[in-house]
Amino acid sequence: MVMDYMLSEEEQMIVETARTIALEKMKPLREYYDEKEEFPWDIVKEFAKADLFATYIPEEYGGFGKGVMGLVLVVEELCKVDGAISLSLAATALGAFPILIAGNEEQKKKYLPDIALGKKIAAFGLTESGAGSDATGMTTTAIKDGDYYILNGAKCFITNGGDAETYTIFAKTNHSRGARGISCFILEKGDIGFSFGKKEKKMGIKASSTRELIFNNCKIHRCRLLGREGQGLMIAQTTLDNSRPGVAAQALGIATGALNEAVNYARKRVQFGQPIASFQAIQHMLAEMATEIEAARALLYASARMIDSGKVKRTSKESAMAKLFCSEVAMKVTINAVQIFGGYGYTKEYPVEKMMRDAKITTLYEGTSQIQKNEIALNLIKEYVTKSKL
Amino acid sequence: MNIIVCIKQVPSVTNVQIDPKTGRLKRDGVESVINPFDEYAIEEGVRIREKVGGKVIVITMGPPQAESALREALSRGADEAFLISDRTFGGADTLATSYTLSSAIKFIGNYDIIICGKQASDGNTAQVGPGVAEMLNIPHVAYVRKIELLSDKSIRVERIMEDGYDLIESPFPTLLTVVKEINNPRIPSLRSKMFSKKAFIRILDAATIGVDAKKIGLNGSPTQVMKIFTPPQRNCGEKFSGDAKDIAVALVRRLSELGIV
Ligand SMILES: Cc1cc2nc3c(=O)[nH]c(=O)nc-3n(C[C@H](O)[C@H](O)[C@H](O)COP(=O)(O)OP(=O)(O)OC[C@H]3O[C@@H](n4cnc5c(N)ncnc54)[C@H](O)[C@@H]3O)c2cc1C
Repeated sequence: MVMDYMLSEEEQMIVETARTIALEKMKPLREYYDEKEEFPWDIVKEFAKADLFATYIPEEYGGFGKGVMGLVLVVEELCKVDGAISLSLAATALGAFPILIAGNEEQKKKYLPDIALGKKIAAFGLTESGAGSDATGMTTTAIKDGDYYILNGAKCFITNGGDAETYTIFAKTNHSRGARGISCFILEKGDIGFSFGKKEKKMGIKASSTRELIFNNCKIHRCRLLGREGQGLMIAQTTLDNSRPGVAAQALGIATGALNEAVNYARKRVQFGQPIASFQAIQHMLAEMATEIEAARALLYASARMIDSGKVKRTSKESAMAKLFCSEVAMKVTINAVQIFGGYGYTKEYPVEKMMRDAKITTLYEGTSQIQKNEIALNLIKEYVTKSKL
Repeated sequence: MNIIVCIKQVPSVTNVQIDPKTGRLKRDGVESVINPFDEYAIEEGVRIREKVGGKVIVITMGPPQAESALREALSRGADEAFLISDRTFGGADTLATSYTLSSAIKFIGNYDIIICGKQASDGNTAQVGPGVAEMLNIPHVAYVRKIELLSDKSIRVERIMEDGYDLIESPFPTLLTVVKEINNPRIPSLRSKMFSKKAFIRILDAATIGVDAKKIGLNGSPTQVMKIFTPPQRNCGEKFSGDAKDIAVALVRRLSELGIV
């Protein structure tokens, strides 16, 4: 039984649809994609046919307008079965958020409907080799030239890189202004001067592509600028406020999947003449896993609802809390799931080995756990400063 | 092309439990679903529409709860749904059901193809599809596994047979009953699910479709159920193990004991 979070009827349909796709389409192929490290195009098509790309996109752009909660529910449900294939969808949301947040009507109409239909997937390019946790250290430049901008530089570790059609890219338009000199642009696969570098070989989420993006005198029209010049960092931060719950949902899904596997295995595996589930040591592990997962879910849903309510301007603290907690729980739960499986958990015969590898990324990207804590503390202290002034 | 698909709501289990005292199906606590064969009928209807245009109307005769089967059919791509429901329809056998469905189809009118599943998983008679065709006085092909050719005047289909298949061409309007080899039903999309929840479903009662009261429900059903029982489970076979030579010897000995060899 799961706890009742009072999902609306439409939210339940989202969950049901995602579950059916996960079980019928993804589950039979998850080992294949993990092993081959191919981009899961045939499953992306299934996501598209089932309208799973559309949940968080507003209705006027072809979506269902179900907000961050709509995204969270899809990602969580898919990741219960596979946390890597689902990233094609979650990272598309990450790439689409800058357009949702800062796009003008024309840009939204041009790009969002295809993303909602799953015709085009998206990617988000912030990180560079010298600028990870500190995005302001980026060196990619976009220099204005009449009606155009000319981009030079490279982004690394970009999820969906090379496979996506639509990219939201951050670059410095004014070096002297530091953090205020960053701007955000829409790039399209095929833009002249825009190419792809090496694909990373990774510990986990192997079905997801992670590539380098290279800009070599890449000339794009100014209609590709999102918002105004200098708003890039703000767009990136607001994007992360919206997308980190997506990573949290990925983590939560993986953790839930691992718990399911662990309980089923513990009930079947017999040692010392009894199922290992009868040992208190195993029971306590399962009890902790289940409790932490439920706490993580409650925190995540509450954060997503808060973001969707639109009552507060920024939700950096809440998004960071959800991401921090869910990803750390996912790591702990998947490690314990492997423990419960014993030696079998360490083999590829069982899915928990993969779940543990896949879970790790959630404590790293879109800001490491340390960066989430910085964000939480910064906002927490800020709130107290404001309060003490009243 | 206008397509009417007839569906039935059935208990979701494959081995239906029967109450030994009353001889009736135990329906308590059993989830209701669309008869699995009808899912192929819906899918095939939707595929024809996607190819040549038109609309897919899905109908069912049943109690008010059968509405949920119609909504599910809408989520699988049907455009419109009618619930044929009236207290007086209750207790119908295959003859009365065929009559009632054919009357409703006449009322709806303007159809080119009627598609049914080959049989319902609860009664397993496979009579209603052909029965409807007879009452409408139109041709039918049962056990269709493939639509070979579709023109605006006729349809050519493969009918599955024990030793192969027949190729049959029929003019419109026609009725087909389909087997599960015909397609792989789609997973309902989120959009179609949301549409199906909101769609209006019209209820057709006895007065609306104008039926002869003697031909519907219990009154119109000549079939008398004497007794219903669960057939005894067949015992599983005998298993021989050991190395190949011993197994072969044991097998031959056993077969000759049984007088088979
Ligand atoms: C598989 C994968 C996919 C990715 N996808 C994308 C993507 O789609 N788009 C994108 O833009 N980026 C993406 N990234 C990049 C990712 O967001 C960064 O790797 C991450 O933000 C960390 O940056 P870094 O790797 O440079 O680590 P560093 O910043 O070098 O951090 C190294 C260590 O130092 C710690 N640290 C750094 N600064 C501080 C501090 N101030 N206080 C305390 N500790 C600190 C970190 O927590 C970490 O433990 C992806 C990365 C991976 C591995």
